[in-house]
Amino acid sequence: MSQATRSMADDPGPTVAARPIAQLPLAITVNGVERRLSVEPWVTLLDLLRDHLDLSGTKKGCDHGQCGACTVLIDGQRINACLKLAITLDGAEVTTIEGLGRPDALHPLQAAFIEHDAFQCGYCTPGQICSAVGLLAEGHATTREEVREMMSGNLCRCGAYTNIADAILDVMGGDE
Amino acid sequence: MPDTRHEPIRAGIGTPLSRVDGVAKVTGEARYAAERPAAGLLHGVAVLAPIARGRIIGFDETAARAVPGVVEILTHENRPGTAWRDRNFSDETAPPGHPFRALDDATIHFAGQPVAVVVATTFEAARFAASLLRVRCEEEPHEMDFNTARVEAYDPPKKRSGHQAIKARGDAAEAWEAAPFKVDAEFHLATEHHNPMEMHATTVIHGQDGSLTVHDKTQGAPNVQSYLCSVFGLSSDKVRVVSEYVGGGFGSGLRPQWQVQVAVMAALKLERSVRVVMTRQQMFTHVHRPEAWQRVRLATDDVGQLRAIRNEAVTATSRFEDNQENVVNWGLMAYACPNADGDYKVAQRDTYTSGDMRAPGAATGMTLFEMAMDEMAETAGLDPLAFRLLNYSKVDAMSGLPYTSKALREAYRAGAEAFGWEGRPFAPRSMKDGHDLVGQGMATGMWEAGFQKTSARARLTSDGRLEVASATADIGTGTYTTMVLVAADALGMDPARITAKLGDSNLPKAPVEGGSTAAASVGAAVDLACRALAKQLLKAARKVEGDPLGRAGLDDVELRDGCIVLKEDRSKSVGFTQAMQAAGLDEVVAEETAGPSLGGSVSQMRTSRATHSAVFAEVRVDEELGVVRVTRVVNAVAAGRIINPKTARSQILGGVVMGIGMALHEETFADLRLGRWMNHNLAEYHVPAHADVADIEVIFVDEVDPVVTPLGVKGLGEIGIVSTAAAVANAIWHATGQRHRSLPITIDKLIA
Repeated sequence: MSQATRSMADDPGPTVAARPIAQLPLAITVNGVERRLSVEPWVTLLDLLRDHLDLSGTKKGCDHGQCGACTVLIDGQRINACLKLAITLDGAEVTTIEGLGRPDALHPLQAAFIEHDAFQCGYCTPGQICSAVGLLAEGHATTREEVREMMSGNLCRCGAYTNIADAILDVMGGDE
Repeated sequence: MPDTRHEPIRAGIGTPLSRVDGVAKVTGEARYAAERPAAGLLHGVAVLAPIARGRIIGFDETAARAVPGVVEILTHENRPGTAWRDRNFSDETAPPGHPFRALDDATIHFAGQPVAVVVATTFEAARFAASLLRVRCEEEPHEMDFNTARVEAYDPPKKRSGHQAIKARGDAAEAWEAAPFKVDAEFHLATEHHNPMEMHATTVIHGQDGSLTVHDKTQGAPNVQSYLCSVFGLSSDKVRVVSEYVGGGFGSGLRPQWQVQVAVMAALKLERSVRVVMTRQQMFTHVHRPEAWQRVRLATDDVGQLRAIRNEAVTATSRFEDNQENVVNWGLMAYACPNADGDYKVAQRDTYTSGDMRAPGAATGMTLFEMAMDEMAETAGLDPLAFRLLNYSKVDAMSGLPYTSKALREAYRAGAEAFGWEGRPFAPRSMKDGHDLVGQGMATGMWEAGFQKTSARARLTSDGRLEVASATADIGTGTYTTMVLVAADALGMDPARITAKLGDSNLPKAPVEGGSTAAASVGAAVDLACRALAKQLLKAARKVEGDPLGRAGLDDVELRDGCIVLKEDRSKSVGFTQAMQAAGLDEVVAEETAGPSLGGSVSQMRTSRATHSAVFAEVRVDEELGVVRVTRVVNAVAAGRIINPKTARSQILGGVVMGIGMALHEETFADLRLGRWMNHNLAEYHVPAHADVADIEVIFVDEVDPVVTPLGVKGLGEIGIVSTAAAVANAIWHATGQRHRSLPITIDKLIA
């Protein structure tokens, strides 16, 4: 409803004149494939993936960095793709859920998520898994409580949290 | 001939099976409504009403139209024609009233109502142009305050389908006055928004022949399909609605939401494929759980036997529809008590119509009632569990009808044992650990065990693979997997050879997936279809050389590992594909409909049907900071037969988590001056995060019930949330000694 406040009758209206948006070059590696693209600067990494590269495994849950559904790995670090303008990622390596494993060769976390029923509707799942990959790489979480805390940037409305923790701990091989 | 050297593992109803759609979901291959590609796809972004009530005077479109890529701006002034009668805008689950029509006319009914849709070649251009569109409005006074609206609450003249009449017994007023121990308390539940992780979205693919394939986020593809046909006057063979994957629903996808209306409008007007995705902020512009007020009066005699139950409630609705829920009935049904009455009203305010959210009515009315029950136990000087057992009702106490089954006693026992309830100190504030006050509470949950007419098809092909199909939905509920398990059970097949198809209006008809009815109903339909298919296979087996099965009927054979085996001589068997080959069949197909038969309807009138649960919760409350942590929940559920223990457990886990949200976090605040929801995003509308959820144990107690539904299944989608918040609230009292009667119990209330 943000536009609503600006739409009141006494609002003088927009002062910005619309003009064509420039396309800028972007070299980005997505799931191991180097791509040379031409993108408008207002395109987020999330929309680039979903709308331009047809990699719809990365989900849009809020577009405001509040839910974690769009979590991907940029140069190995977990990050919300909705908060990153694509154009800022020249030379970066992006890994999305599609790049982690294939149906016939699942990433251990993907397999563990299935085994532990760590999702229901599946919409937050790619973000949860990418976030868990980042979490394991960070190496800070060693206990269930730490996993719970450090996975709290990824909301799951179906409430699969306890199973998500089980799946991650299973792959960590850590005891509690 | 089949390999008989080793026995295959027999999987069927009751076997824990990982989700059959799991691989698609963990690899990102599962495509949701906004993820269907289409040639020349246009993107629509909605512009919302800036005021809560009034009229649109006009639009200033110049700046928006100047944005390169903008194709059209759709408003009530230029939209394609729609039906004029209200009933064309109604749907399977609509309450009585005038259903909302997007971009219909200049009237603004609520803040956030979509008033225009900017359509452009890219999402970014549409979003930018939408921000430039000016809506000129004439404002009228609005009312968003539930407490003010409640003064004019009324008994809705027209009842919603499924609305259950309140049946009073005895003289509750007199009995309450006369009783020695009493409770009289008022409770409140905040407005809640469903907020499934996937935002409502529609991709309309416009075919060259004018047909529309509508990928929609919905809990009922056939419901949306018939809605679109009747709203836009389209022929049903020109509209197909698909919802193969649904990123959560919890009720928000029961009714067609406005994004599907406007996306189809744009596609029809422009004759192009169009996608409209709500923003998270816009997810607060449609359905929500109604804010509720409930007053509960309870009274007991000297030993704690209930003498009177008086249960009153008011829930919020819009000015244009009377959304109604069964709120107070639960309190009248749950316990043995000779005198009980209830009253239920709705109150109008200037919002979109409230609607069904996980366990509608029960999550409100049973939860708040169970908080009152805890107060009654305290007043009567009884342990909360002992108090409930003392007042246990074997029958539906409101109708007097027996339950088809009610293993609540067993649930109490199993839950209490797993939780370690025994020996819990009676007095509040008696458990302390450092800064934390520790408390334990419990509550009873109830939901109806429903069944709806549903069709399914089973198709066996010559490669020995089975496909079962129904238009129903899987919104995370595990329907794909339960369909496979029921088919595996009916035909004695390996689940790996079975696929399930759903979420498509072209498939055999199914109602909206809601109210915990899908597993029982779709399960029964799949079972019937598979049995009909087995009959055809048996007939085909006659053509096998030597006719090894002879005149055997279905009762004389066992279906196992893709074979028909003669029970009295197990050396005689015919493989499914062998039978098909012999009969020259490429495929065998059977479609069946499961619905309450005439006999079934009569038995439904003579019995009550419900799921029950016993919820136990432990909290730690930091007394200085007011922070509450739910450290343990045990939810023991009596829900008949469990098809898939693995996904069933997850359903209850999810319900408990949402119940924790109801107890501690979830609340949509109204700005009374502007008439808007204020905290319309996931940073300010708090849902439980991972760190909020610790240990949850789910128990299913045995409950054999061949009467309730054909497979003895009662459904699980709702029961997990019902009364979980009450168990938490009661535990907070036990920890702190404070009764908090307004949910959610946020920090500000605890340290006030």
